[in-house]
Formats: sequence, C-alpha cells, structure tokens
Amino acid sequence: MAKQAVARKPARRSDFLTAIPFVLPALIGLTIFVLIPGIRGVYLAFTSYDVFTDPIFIGIDNFVKMFQDELFWNALAVTSEYVAINIGIQTVVSLFIAVLLHRFTRSTLIRGIVLMPYLISNVIVALVWYWLLDYNLGLVNSVIDFLGLSKFTFFSDMTAMPTIALINVWRHMGYTALLIFAGLQAIPEDVYAAASVDGAGEWRTFRSITLPLLRPVLAFVLVITITGSFQIFDTVAVTTGGGPINATRVFSLWIADKAWGDFNFGYASAISVFLMVLLSIIAFAQTKLLRASESDLER
Amino acid sequence: MTTLKIKKSRKSEETAQLPRSLGGRIFGYTSLTILVIATLFPIYWMLRTALSTSKTLFSDPLSLLPVNFTWGGFGRVFGLLSEEAALAEGGSGASINFLQFFGNSMVVATVTTISQVFFSAAAAYAFSILKWRGRDKLFFLFLIAMTVPGIFLVLPNFLLIRDLGLLNTLLGIMLPGLLMSPFAIFFLRQFFLGTNLSIVEAARIDGANHFRIFRQIVVPMAWPQIITLFILQFIASWNDYLWPFYVGNGAPESTLLTVGLGVFKSQTPQGSPDWSGLMAGALVAAVPMILLMIIAGKKIVGSIQSSGVK
Repeated sequence: MAKQAVARKPARRSDFLTAIPFVLPALIGLTIFVLIPGIRGVYLAFTSYDVFTDPIFIGIDNFVKMFQDELFWNALAVTSEYVAINIGIQTVVSLFIAVLLHRFTRSTLIRGIVLMPYLISNVIVALVWYWLLDYNLGLVNSVIDFLGLSKFTFFSDMTAMPTIALINVWRHMGYTALLIFAGLQAIPEDVYAAASVDGAGEWRTFRSITLPLLRPVLAFVLVITITGSFQIFDTVAVTTGGGPINATRVFSLWIADKAWGDFNFGYASAISVFLMVLLSIIAFAQTKLLRASESDLER
Repeated sequence: MTTLKIKKSRKSEETAQLPRSLGGRIFGYTSLTILVIATLFPIYWMLRTALSTSKTLFSDPLSLLPVNFTWGGFGRVFGLLSEEAALAEGGSGASINFLQFFGNSMVVATVTTISQVFFSAAAAYAFSILKWRGRDKLFFLFLIAMTVPGIFLVLPNFLLIRDLGLLNTLLGIMLPGLLMSPFAIFFLRQFFLGTNLSIVEAARIDGANHFRIFRQIVVPMAWPQIITLFILQFIASWNDYLWPFYVGNGAPESTLLTVGLGVFKSQTPQGSPDWSGLMAGALVAAVPMILLMIIAGKKIVGSIQSSGVK
C-alpha cells in the first residue's frame, strides 16, 4: 500500500513539509524551555551572578569553591543517606506488596487504595506525617506515651533524614509495587508449575524463579526511583526546611538556598550541573550493570 | 509466539496461586489488611483532625473520633470565619484565601494539561505516522530532555520568566509546560506507532490530509491513552511545588494550593501550628485527586501498570 502512495505522488516521498506544523510547537517549547535554559544553566555555572547585575565569567572558580565547601560534602552525605534508606526500604517493601497483590487478590479496588498516597502531593503527605509524628500532640508519640515508653523525637538531627525517607516510602510504595506487579503478571504460569513439580518450596521459587525473571522490571524501577530520589525537595522543604542546622540540607534544597536565599545563581548553577552529571553517571552505570533492557523471558 | 505469550500472561492474571499452607494464607491476608490500613489511616486522620477543635486537640490525642467536633477548620481555610472566631478555635487568625489558591491550582493544572497533551499529541503524530528526514534524531533530543533533572532547569527558567516580566503570574507558572512534555510525546508516540498504517494510507488515497487523519482517525483511536495521559499530567501539575513556589509565591493571585499550604503551616503566631486548619486545607487540596481516583481508579491503575512493562 505504501507503493500505491508513492506511485500516485512520486515527487513527495517525504512528509517533511507536513511534519513542520505538527512538530513546531513542541520544538519551540523544547528550545525555549529546555535547550536554551540548559545551555544558560551550564554557562552560569562558570560565572558569578547575583541576579541584579550581569553575570561575570570566573572560569571554574565555582567548582573549586564547591569541592572545598563543607556544605557540599554535607549535601552529598545527607542526600546519599536519604537515597540509601528511601530506595533500600522502598524496593523491598514494594516487592513484598507486589507479591501480595499478585498472590492474594485480584481486586482493582485494593490496587487503587494502595496507589492512593501517590496521587496526593508531596506537600500534603509531608504535612500529614509531620502532624502524626509531632512530638507533643502527634498520634504516634501519644501512643508511645500511652504505652509507658519515652517519647521519640522524629525530626532531630539524627532522625530527621531517616524519618523523611520513610515518609516518602509511604507515598511511593504503592506506585512502585504496581510497576513490579505488572512485571509479575508477565511471568508465565508454567514456569511456576514446573518448579512445583520439581518440589521447590515457596521461598526457593521466589529466589530462583521470580526474582531473576523480574530483573528487567526491577532495573527499570530502580533507574527511575533512584534518579527521582536524588532530587528530593518538597518533603524536606515543608517539614524541616533543611534543619536541624544542616542535617537535612539535601542537594535540591541547598541549591535553592544558594539561588534564592543568597542570590548566588552562579554557584547554585554549578551545584546543579554537578547534580546533573552525577545523576547521568548513576543512570548510565545502572543500565550497564543491570543490563536493564534485556529480559530473561525473551530468550 | 507473541500471541502465545499474551495468552499466558492473561491466564496468570486470572489464577493467582494461593500458598499451600494455612500459615502462608493467614500471613498473606494479615499483611494485606495491614497494608490497606496503613494506607488509609493517615488519610482518615486528616479528616479526624480537620473536624476537631484545634485548641483542644491535646485533651484527647488518642481519640479516633474528632475532638470537640467543629466545621471551624474548614471555615478558617475558606476564610468564612471572623478573625476573632478563628482565633478562639486556635486558628492563626491570618486571612488566607484558600478558595483563590484552589482556583489558581485548577486553572494552572487544567490549562497546562490540555495544552500540553494537545501539542504533544501533534508532535507524537509527526514522530510516528509521518516519515521525514531527521525524524528519529529530533525525537532523540526529546528523549534526552526527559532525563534532565528538574532542579537544573528551574534556575535558568526562573531567570527567563523574570526577564519576561511574568514572575507572580499564573502564565509564568504555566508557560514552560504549555507546548510540550517530553514524557507525553514519548508516551503517545508508543501508541501511535501501533496504528494500522493501511487505514492511514486509505484515508490519504481518499484525499484526506494529515490534519484530518490526525483529528479523525489517529486521535480517536488512541483516545483511552490520551485520557490516561491527561490524568497523569494533571496529577503531576496539581502536585507540583518547587517551580510554582519560586515563580508564584509572591502574590495571592499566583499562589497555588500546595504553595499556600506550606505558607499556612509556617504562620504559627501562637506557637504550635493550627493543626485542624492545616489538615482541613490539606484535605481540600487532596479531594480532587481522591475524586479522580474514585472516578477513574481502574484506568489509572491500569495505565501505571502498563507504563512499567513497556
């Protein structure tokens, strides 16, 4: 049928002219709000820019300063701590939920309920948990108190980062579980039947069959959740605002502080360039390590 | 081969294998119950707190029902109570017009999503149905854009919006998302690629141009996916915080609900926050998403599952 079209209009093989009006709006959007700002952001990283006067080119000074900045290493440490706790627990919990959903229920209602926290904004989730975990009036500490134990400070310099990481596990676990659940459904039934005939137990089947066959889905899930996790901002901004002192001053928050707090857009841009490079390396390494695109099922 | 695989996966959806042992079953159903409670309880607690009197919350922190039931929390949020009445119930006494913030969020989320999905669909059409030189290279550029972290673009885009004189306007908040979203283009292209090209060719022979084919054939066929995308992007836009905070925080006319809630929390002249008012506000902000879940839950669940496998 393609041949017919060619035969009818031999001169116009390409839809180039037609494509222009279709792509142009999106291309303008990409150019003005992604490409040019992207270049500007990289350029600003090499300048001193206080927003009110013109940027001054200062070479790599921002980066030199950054690597000597205590707060940089602090941001790297607390952000990594957040990502490690958040991703570690979230992946295990989500995997567990996915298996539960797969084995024990076919109800879309339950899947919907599990997804609910994901639809509620970070800000609201943060506020609700900030309230539940409040030292004086919060439900959790009231229950602890009622049981005769001593109250727990959930947002101290030691505990704030893990607490925030767990709050976000609550918000994302259902969503992540659904992604994994879809992967579970794609595993053919007869693989399990074969394992059962061979006398494999529950745990053995899960470890030797489910997990390996789930690897591509897990790899995909890890790539998107880890890069997202590194950019944590909302929950911290609403609860601790980076404190106590700097205990939760993660990268995004620190960048925002530098830009809008100190009006140091050059330095803030340098940090965000670093963050972008870091995330690209992590995403690249992950896809290589986990061979994300290959599936064991296809072979 | 492919059909065989699809059949099998359908089958596994119908027959989830229950564990053989009774202990295993009890463990499973107990876990499932805990999961549902752990998910729903915090949302219930918002309602319970919102309907309590802020000042007397401390008197019975363990009560499962509202403490001294009142609609006052909602009243304060919508600015319906006088300052004295609000203070008496433990409000901050500050007047913030949540109704206005709610309207702002509605406008931003609706306009952004409609415009973005429309232009992204057009681009996706050019990246799937149309054939032209450089097509895949240009598409690759959009794919790269999808991986750029948000915070990296927030700084220069803020400067751009400032240079355009659009700080503290709804237009300034919406502008970067009006013309496209790389994810939306990627998402729709996947579905358009599956379009039966012989229908397109037949329409061409009958003299239809590509605008008509787009409007009358390809878009109607992908309608469920377009609705799904609309829902996903609406949720994302409604829940956004960082960008609308720095671009629109300066004036009530451009403050979105998420941003307003953050401000409401920090207004604590009387020491501890006005928890009832805060939870009432949070609940009001969450209601559209909860409604969306009730109306289109099945669709949302399905689309998130499918976004994972592909």
